[in-house]
Amino acid sequence: MELLSGAEMVVRSLRDEGVKYIYGYPGGALLHIYDAIFRQDDVEHILVRHEQAAAHMADGYARATGKAGVVLVTSGPGATNTITGIATAYMDSIPMVIISGQVASNVVGTDAFQETDMVGVSRPIVKHSFMIKDPRDIPETIKKAFYLAQTGRPGPVVVDIPKDMGNPADKFEYSYPKKVKLRSYNPATRGHSGQIRKAVEMMLAARRPIIYSGGGVILGGASSQLTELVKSFNVPITSTLMGLGAYPGTDRQFLGMLGMHGSYTANLAMHHADVILAIGARFDDRVINGDTAAKFCTNAKIIHIDIDPASISKTVKADIPIVGPVESVLSEMIAIFKEINQQPDQEGQAAWWKQVDEWRGDGKLFPYDAGDGSIIKPQNVIETLWEVTKGDAYVSSDVGQHQMFAAQYYPFDKPNRWINSGGLGTMGFGFPAAMGVKMNFPESDVACVTGEGSIQMNIQELSTCLQYDLPVKIINLNNGALGMVRQWQDMQYSSRYSHSYMDSLPDFVRLAEAYGHVGMRITELKDLKPKMEEAFAMKDRLVFLDIAVDTSEHVYPMQVRGGTMRDMWLSKTERT
Amino acid sequence: MSMRHIISVLLENEPGALSRVVGLFSQRNYNIETLTVAPTEDPTLSRLTLTTVGKDEVVEQITKNLNKLIEVVKLVNLSEGPHIERELMLVKIKATGAQRAEVKRTTDIFRGQIVDVSASVYTVQLAGTTDKLESFIEAVGPTSVLEVVRTGVSGIARGEKVLSI
Repeated sequence: MELLSGAEMVVRSLRDEGVKYIYGYPGGALLHIYDAIFRQDDVEHILVRHEQAAAHMADGYARATGKAGVVLVTSGPGATNTITGIATAYMDSIPMVIISGQVASNVVGTDAFQETDMVGVSRPIVKHSFMIKDPRDIPETIKKAFYLAQTGRPGPVVVDIPKDMGNPADKFEYSYPKKVKLRSYNPATRGHSGQIRKAVEMMLAARRPIIYSGGGVILGGASSQLTELVKSFNVPITSTLMGLGAYPGTDRQFLGMLGMHGSYTANLAMHHADVILAIGARFDDRVINGDTAAKFCTNAKIIHIDIDPASISKTVKADIPIVGPVESVLSEMIAIFKEINQQPDQEGQAAWWKQVDEWRGDGKLFPYDAGDGSIIKPQNVIETLWEVTKGDAYVSSDVGQHQMFAAQYYPFDKPNRWINSGGLGTMGFGFPAAMGVKMNFPESDVACVTGEGSIQMNIQELSTCLQYDLPVKIINLNNGALGMVRQWQDMQYSSRYSHSYMDSLPDFVRLAEAYGHVGMRITELKDLKPKMEEAFAMKDRLVFLDIAVDTSEHVYPMQVRGGTMRDMWLSKTERT
Repeated sequence: MSMRHIISVLLENEPGALSRVVGLFSQRNYNIETLTVAPTEDPTLSRLTLTTVGKDEVVEQITKNLNKLIEVVKLVNLSEGPHIERELMLVKIKATGAQRAEVKRTTDIFRGQIVDVSASVYTVQLAGTTDKLESFIEAVGPTSVLEVVRTGVSGIARGEKVLSI
């Protein structure tokens, strides 16, 4: 057997786990490991400019592929800089392995230079964490970290490694375990058959059924099963922000996103449904309109499928709870549906679709006032992006109005294409996440939809993009304001714009150029499409599109706080 | 309705495991009333008993979230079935003059033991349910009580039901 140091074992374990890229930043506690990285070619290290971006890059990769992204950071500030990134991944159940350096074990607890209790600091935002106490434990611990991160309800796992664990002078026999087992960790492998049958029967008996699918369908790789199920039952489907793309967004059965900024059609259909089949979704406050479930879809029976038992009946009580991986549960539902061999009530279904189509009308799911063309509407930018990329790009976003516009106006036909921070709502996420995607899908179009507020939270990564040749396209919806904050201030604070403006903005074109990229400023509607086409035609260049958009625009619909699903503002003056 | 629940947990006996359990309660705004923990006959496992007060839905969430912790091997809500619960209390009581005989009598009635004696103080050891311990303090008279140490509730299911792996 081969003898390796602890530091070498870390890198070798990553290789044997099949890891191609790790995202990180060196520092004192990690020097043994960085030296081990230098002396091999299997695992490539990507040097970011700020550790938060390393976590978001790993996260972007994970969202696009379903596999755990890997982060390597030093002790103290290196580790704490990843906290926002870890919390982002945790809230959206994204698999990630964070390897953090730690001060040497003999000084842990003495307030040593660059010491932070990383296991303690990260505890509430990880699925699990480890601290290495013996170098011999490194391979098995890393295997466990990947196993935990990627199975059951995925999530981030921290492995904290004191510097002396990697000492190059101490060599140990190395072997990477093929499998690990933890007696205390047994995620469900299939759902309860009796419950699944009851769910199928309830769906067949429903007069006004709807499917509400979430990020769990994408995480569980159950997109094709979901599509087959929706087609089999011929039911309308809506999706959470996190679930977009699991079902083709351009299909007629898709009603658009639901919730706070969901479509009129989706929110009304939810409100009037008699059976709601929730799949891999968690009834969060941005979906059910508030912190109380009392007014949520009171006419409906709820079937809830989720891998995590703690998600079920957390906010909304499930009538038929099913704990299991969505892929296997949906496959079983389809099989039982075929076996029962009974079609849903045709007449009832026709009436329900007629009603849904009436709500939808002839227009778009998200109508907006296009104005006279004198000013660019942000919605129009997203629609143009969809046209230029033929609806087939990976699109990441930051957080705010631009995020909602992207979710509303870029219908995703494929899963894993929409990369955004839904649960934590992290500004600064979009750009590094897009970089993580581009790194792994160099041939695909990758766009980061952002705003002049969010982009400045991780803009230093323009430098990383030059170093590693990451030609993402930045779509900066520049309205000179923190749009969503401003919108709330318009609606609830009589337009007192407390600190929601962006004064002294940099010249983004020259900034992009200073980092060696291409910058374009768009102020006229007529230039929008041609310039965007020009940008995407530059396959090997990062292009920063700084687009001046209407500051006064609001995101609609917007649910009325404390109301039911159907209570919405539809524009500045109309409400349901 | 808020009820008191006794949750008994088999936990990996590893550093940091307890902090995850305790952290879960503060993170999710749950309450811990009492907590006791010690290794079992299998030194790789700890047995942890905690009491919490909450509505049934909240306690259900607590148990589900506890179960999600990787180091939690198994758990049971003892309050859902017949069970035995005990708490140990050590209490220092002012014992001078006529009080000495009175404290001794009360201790006997509650089947406690005087485990340490000084000129003016008795230290009493008493095991029982939480109610019993509280009744004892009430009977002795809170003004005579100088110091109280309680272990918190420990519990086990009645009959043949066993919490093990």
